[in-house]
Amino acid sequence: MKKKNGSSLLGGDWLASIGASFISIIIGLLFGFLFLIVLSLINSDGEGFRSIFSTAWKYGFKQILMGGFYLPPISLGQEIAAAAPLILTGLSVGFAFKTGLFNIGAAGQYTLGAFGALFCAIVLGLPWWACLIGATLFGALWGAIPGIFKAYLNIHEVITSIMFNWIGLYAVNTIMYGGGSGVMYDSSKTKVWDLRSLFPASVIPNLGLATFFKNRSTTIAIFLAIIIAIIIYIIIDKTTFGYELKACGYNKSAARYAGISEKKNIVLSMIIAGALAGFGAGLYYLSGIAEWKPLDSTALPAIGFNGIAVALLASSNPIGTIFSALFISHITTGGSLMNSQYFPPEIADIISGIIIYLCAFSLLFKQLLMKRGSQRHSAELLDSTLKEPPHIDSLVPESDIPESGEASGKGDDY
Amino acid sequence: MGEKGVIGLADAEYIIEMLNITKEFPGVKANDNITLQLKKGEIHALLGENGAGKSTLMSVLFGLYQADEGIIKKNGEVVKISNPNDANEQNIGMVHQHFMLVECFSVLDNIILGVEPTKLGMLQENEGRQKVVELSNKYGLHVEPDALIEDISVGMQQRVEILKMLYRDNEILIFDEPTAVLTPQEIQELMEIMRNFTREGKSILFITHKLQEIMDVSDRVTVLRRGKYIGTVNTAETTVEELSSMMVGRPVSFLVEKSDRKPGEIILDVDGVTVSSRLHKNNAVKNVSFNVRQGEIVCLAGIEGNGQDELVYALTGLEKQSAGNITLCGQDISKASIRDRSIDGMSHIPADRHKFGLILDYTLEQNLVLECYWEPEFQKRGFIRFDAVREYSDKLIEQYDVRSGQGSATIVRSMSGGNQQKAIVAREIDKDPELLVAVQPTRGLDVGAIEYIHKQLVAQRDQGKAVLLVSLELDEVMNVSDRILVMYEGEIVGEFEPKKTTVDELGLYMAGAKRDNGRRDLT
Repeated sequence: MKKKNGSSLLGGDWLASIGASFISIIIGLLFGFLFLIVLSLINSDGEGFRSIFSTAWKYGFKQILMGGFYLPPISLGQEIAAAAPLILTGLSVGFAFKTGLFNIGAAGQYTLGAFGALFCAIVLGLPWWACLIGATLFGALWGAIPGIFKAYLNIHEVITSIMFNWIGLYAVNTIMYGGGSGVMYDSSKTKVWDLRSLFPASVIPNLGLATFFKNRSTTIAIFLAIIIAIIIYIIIDKTTFGYELKACGYNKSAARYAGISEKKNIVLSMIIAGALAGFGAGLYYLSGIAEWKPLDSTALPAIGFNGIAVALLASSNPIGTIFSALFISHITTGGSLMNSQYFPPEIADIISGIIIYLCAFSLLFKQLLMKRGSQRHSAELLDSTLKEPPHIDSLVPESDIPESGEASGKGDDY
Repeated sequence: MGEKGVIGLADAEYIIEMLNITKEFPGVKANDNITLQLKKGEIHALLGENGAGKSTLMSVLFGLYQADEGIIKKNGEVVKISNPNDANEQNIGMVHQHFMLVECFSVLDNIILGVEPTKLGMLQENEGRQKVVELSNKYGLHVEPDALIEDISVGMQQRVEILKMLYRDNEILIFDEPTAVLTPQEIQELMEIMRNFTREGKSILFITHKLQEIMDVSDRVTVLRRGKYIGTVNTAETTVEELSSMMVGRPVSFLVEKSDRKPGEIILDVDGVTVSSRLHKNNAVKNVSFNVRQGEIVCLAGIEGNGQDELVYALTGLEKQSAGNITLCGQDISKASIRDRSIDGMSHIPADRHKFGLILDYTLEQNLVLECYWEPEFQKRGFIRFDAVREYSDKLIEQYDVRSGQGSATIVRSMSGGNQQKAIVAREIDKDPELLVAVQPTRGLDVGAIEYIHKQLVAQRDQGKAVLLVSLELDEVMNVSDRILVMYEGEIVGEFEPKKTTVDELGLYMAGAKRDNGRRDLT
């Protein structure tokens, strides 16, 4: 969960958080394996259990476990390339969580970011770094709108974000398509123009990574993503700005009492969340992983929603987000490598879905872990997240205690 | 149920015995070998400061916690109570300090919840209603069965909680700080109801730290201090002084010592302030004017909900006034932001320390710098100077004796109420304000902490600061203040000097029975 400051970074709380995430992952993977066995059982023609088991392992689960390592270096390069934007959407959602907001609009902000990146590249012909800034600005704009609605009109950010997801998607599609003759639209391929062949300066450099992984979409995006994650960590935990944002997230009334402008902070934190999602889209499209297809893009980009999963798995911790995004990317890549004769690649989505679902239980796992830990060395783990806090007779009523797990879940990271 | 076939002396004497109860939380021994014996038909008070282990002991009895050691006997027979249902089976009922009611359910629904009368799975509401009405009439517990909990007064909510116990035919009734939320009149009523119960043969455990109530209503008192059993005495044979020194461990002075002091310049000038209400269409504060001078404690007295909160919100900037001007040290702050008011010398100890005063999930040090984290001392180019914060926080903790498990790094949520309040007081006073606005600063605190906070307020006054105290407790009003303003329905209806008035007179003004019209400042 939360690191209060540097000193508690290695506290028992932290270990329990990681442990809880691992329990979720392991149970999720076991469920996935079970699922594969059931699927191969359905598809089998009365073979023995041994062969069903081995089908599930050989054509499905092995790939998922190995992920990008199944076909290195190419698939490993894919895994890394796909992780970069995922880190950013994870940060976007996680950052908003930290400040008490639920940014379900990462997908829309991501869409606008994609537009910003491609517009800067194709229409303005700007270099890659300027395109990234463009993507960030467009994402920020789309994040600002729900923020303003929330702060000044008290309309819940979830409602506004969802509506602006769709507004953003169709607006972007319409503008890019431009009735078939849009500046950005390559009607012969029914896609947006290919950046790599036409605007090479707008593609994020790979500094030899592409050669190493034999995969040209593996660029330095992953490093940019990690740097951003570290910056976000510093902002949240080390600066007065982060202190204000978290204060608003934990207790809006007390923040206001302390003279912190909670309205300004709501807008700012949505702007930053949007900027992060937009930047993620820039990383994706400026790495040339794929081109935007205005006619086919009738669903919101999955990376936006996977950001929620990534943030949950990481308990909104920016550094944890790096690893959880890599993990989600790992099993998704693995899913795409499964033998499609036997299993559909969506199995990976099911597994990550189960893991995310279990993340909701991670607070429970965490409490169990901390309880066990506290039996061993009780004094060390004296923390508010314990089920039985030592505030005997305090004004926090005893009646609060049965709810404390739930309460800390609400106040913390979701 | 343990009543059958148990014979013996113990049976007649004690209905409940908690023998040698020990309960340990990580790092804290909340109950250390405590023995409590409840006689049938008595009102037994359980007295102790915050953190003494009263609620823990009662939670053990009610099955919310399991004791590590010790046994519970009912009518001389050992019983095991591992959850509130077990407690209910033993006819033990509890009114919690913070009510356990479903806000959007009706009074009747709340009372029958969990033991609903049913026929073939269908709810038989009328059966329940009949019993509730009977009980209500029998004990004079007036409630409206069909009103929603969220719409009724705190006093009536408490009556609902009591009816819940009666509906379940509980014989042993636990009241956890029942008077904390009641007006003086409601407290009197409650006392009468409690006496009625004992006449019916019910036994009552009454948790409190208000000594006068114990003297008024209880038969015996058991005192706890810091988790340990101090003793049990008959109320008739003891005094308030003896009880308080048993509770605190040293003699406590109830009279606030303060010298006469001549007020100086006007610090706060409130002129014709009107604040509209969020609850109803009328104004919550109507054209209120007064001032507070250097070196005086002005007390705003009144029954809760007569506009005091809204007036304070307007003064501190949490809410905008719809008319009128506020001047602080000669500067018009009517439109100033909360932070500007704070910089200009206003400190505010809020009434609701959990809502406004603290960020419970922040550490103690983070809370102590809540209003000054942006000062150059604590940040450099936007980066928090953790060393400086820690140093400052350690200094305040030491100076104001704020106790917590892990010092500066303690999560405030895990601290006791008294220490949470001390932390706020430390933060607000250390700002060295010109004006200290203290709203019910001693609410829910024990004698020791109240004494401490009163001393701090007087010390501020003696340093020539202006103090505006908002209080609902008449004892506090009479003891601490230099000047009393009584608020009734959003207006100031009277102004008094504590030495020249009586509690009874104030009470009449507070209830709206008397008022002085068109009165301006006396001083």
